[in-house]
Amino acid sequence: MTESLITMSKIEKTYKLGDNVVHALDHIDLSIEKGAFISIVGPSGSGKSTLMNMMGCLDKPDKGKYILGGSHIDQLKDRDLAEIRNQKIGFIFQNFNLLGKLSAVENVELPLLYRGVKTKDRRARALECLNMVGLKDRAAHLPNQLSGGQQQRVAIARALAGEPQILLADEPTGALDSKTSEEIMNLLTALNENGRTIVLITHDLNVARKAKRTVSIRDGKLQEGEHI
Amino acid sequence: MNVFTSIKMAGRNIRANKMRSFLTMLGIIIGVSSVIALLAIGQGSSKAVADSVNSLGTNLITVNITNTDTHFTRDDLKQVKQAVGVKSVAPVLSGRSTVRNGSTSSQVSVIGTTSSYLSIRQLSVKDGRFVSSLDDTFRQKVAVLGSELATTLFPNGSPINKDVLIDGQRYTIVGVLNSKGGSMGQNSDDAVYLPFSTSQRLLGTTYITQFYAQAENQSSVNWAMAGITRVMNQTYSSTDDYSVVNQQDVMETMSSVTSTMTMLLAGIAGISLLVGGIGIMNIMLVSVTERTKEIGIRKAIGAKRRDIMLQFLIEAAVLSMLGGLCGVGIGILAAKIYAAATGSTIVFSLQVMAAAFLFSAFVGIIFGVFPAYKASKLNPIEALRTD
Repeated sequence: MTESLITMSKIEKTYKLGDNVVHALDHIDLSIEKGAFISIVGPSGSGKSTLMNMMGCLDKPDKGKYILGGSHIDQLKDRDLAEIRNQKIGFIFQNFNLLGKLSAVENVELPLLYRGVKTKDRRARALECLNMVGLKDRAAHLPNQLSGGQQQRVAIARALAGEPQILLADEPTGALDSKTSEEIMNLLTALNENGRTIVLITHDLNVARKAKRTVSIRDGKLQEGEHI
Repeated sequence: MNVFTSIKMAGRNIRANKMRSFLTMLGIIIGVSSVIALLAIGQGSSKAVADSVNSLGTNLITVNITNTDTHFTRDDLKQVKQAVGVKSVAPVLSGRSTVRNGSTSSQVSVIGTTSSYLSIRQLSVKDGRFVSSLDDTFRQKVAVLGSELATTLFPNGSPINKDVLIDGQRYTIVGVLNSKGGSMGQNSDDAVYLPFSTSQRLLGTTYITQFYAQAENQSSVNWAMAGITRVMNQTYSSTDDYSVVNQQDVMETMSSVTSTMTMLLAGIAGISLLVGGIGIMNIMLVSVTERTKEIGIRKAIGAKRRDIMLQFLIEAAVLSMLGGLCGVGIGILAAKIYAAATGSTIVFSLQVMAAAFLFSAFVGIIFGVFPAYKASKLNPIEALRTD
């Protein structure tokens, strides 16, 4: 058994919608080891976005323990969470979420910018990451000059730039056609084979099956395996 | 993230919305340029007043008699001359008349006075002589021309010993003065000077309503003023009947007027700067709303609240400082155009420019704080969800 990168125990998160209390996450226990490729599947409203936000340190649990790479996330302040996001997590979003006014390479530089890396080193590292996703020749292009698949690859390069411990991909193929989706999934698989830990959140079972392990979430409760 | 990168990023955002950025800066530009132009004009007029007052000499004392029931006579004036500290006195009778030479005529001020006027008003004779006491005693019909009047009436050759008609009466020109320039509404160059007694006949006045006195030196001005007041009190019962002022008083009055004006102008300009600042806040708030998604992305990637705050604050500051710089340039230009068009004095002061510029930067930062704070407080999850 390899060491555990993510340990969640008895995570709870509730929202109030009018008079109703919604248990978005209900006693979640999850452990993800280093080098894993895990997919979390569930229909919309199942709580998978909340789980993703929790894992990505954008949100804090109401109750329970969350340990990421040795840090007790549930006890940290907002300011420290920003630092954890910057150092340990690489986000890949469904809609790419690139900054439209910045070129591809500048988008990839962003995590390093907030880490205070010098301009020269930043640029070198960003180009290296773009090379990794096969877009070195598109470095100066703006996002709207790139195809959807290329934009997602830029986003992946951005997620890689900070050497995070975990890549969090939220429906990474949701806005792409099936051919480009496959390219992106192959890229993620290759990254996993190179030792990166990937958490994939999706509602698409075909995509989920690319992962080595699948867990299902429904009504805020987590189950091992596909249960949709 | 370092400040230099933030400035570069702010510059990029400003360039991305050129029209909007320009309109935002316009408030600051108008504010700063009006501060600079109006203060340059205000300080220029203060300086012009100070210069003209000083050009009359600081030993000058002016006495105006407002009571016309009790007449002040030449004998009274002789007593004034005896007062301690008074070096010389000159009665002044002034009016306006038409001076004619052949077909050329000019409407100028007529000043009837005595020989001591020349030194008291610090004038000098270019050609010929000034009116003498003999002219005064014998009511000689002689005249001395100011330099401008001399050139108007006698464009070619010297006017000395030529005749002019003043209100139809013939006068012989005995002298021409050097140019002195205008001062306080009086242009000594565009005037004709007559012996006092002659002017009394011309203007139909038998008494003295105004005279100048010269103190022996600057330190005896107050002594002289006290002496003059004592003599005046012998003739007049009330101090409301006459006024005794020295150049210092005149200068203080004038400068208090101009400084009030300047403060008013600065106040108005300051208000427009403030309005400009509110404009910046308005646009920055719009910008925060528009860029909610961007803020969410940046936060997800690891931007701290401080980073977001700094980014928006620097953008507001860069915007207002750019406006401030443009305003300084336009203000200088506007003041120069005004000076060229009206021929008045303008004074630029580096302090005013620096203050206006710094104030604009300050306004930008102050009014940028609230939008920046708002941006930094955004919840990343909600911010990411917006489109």
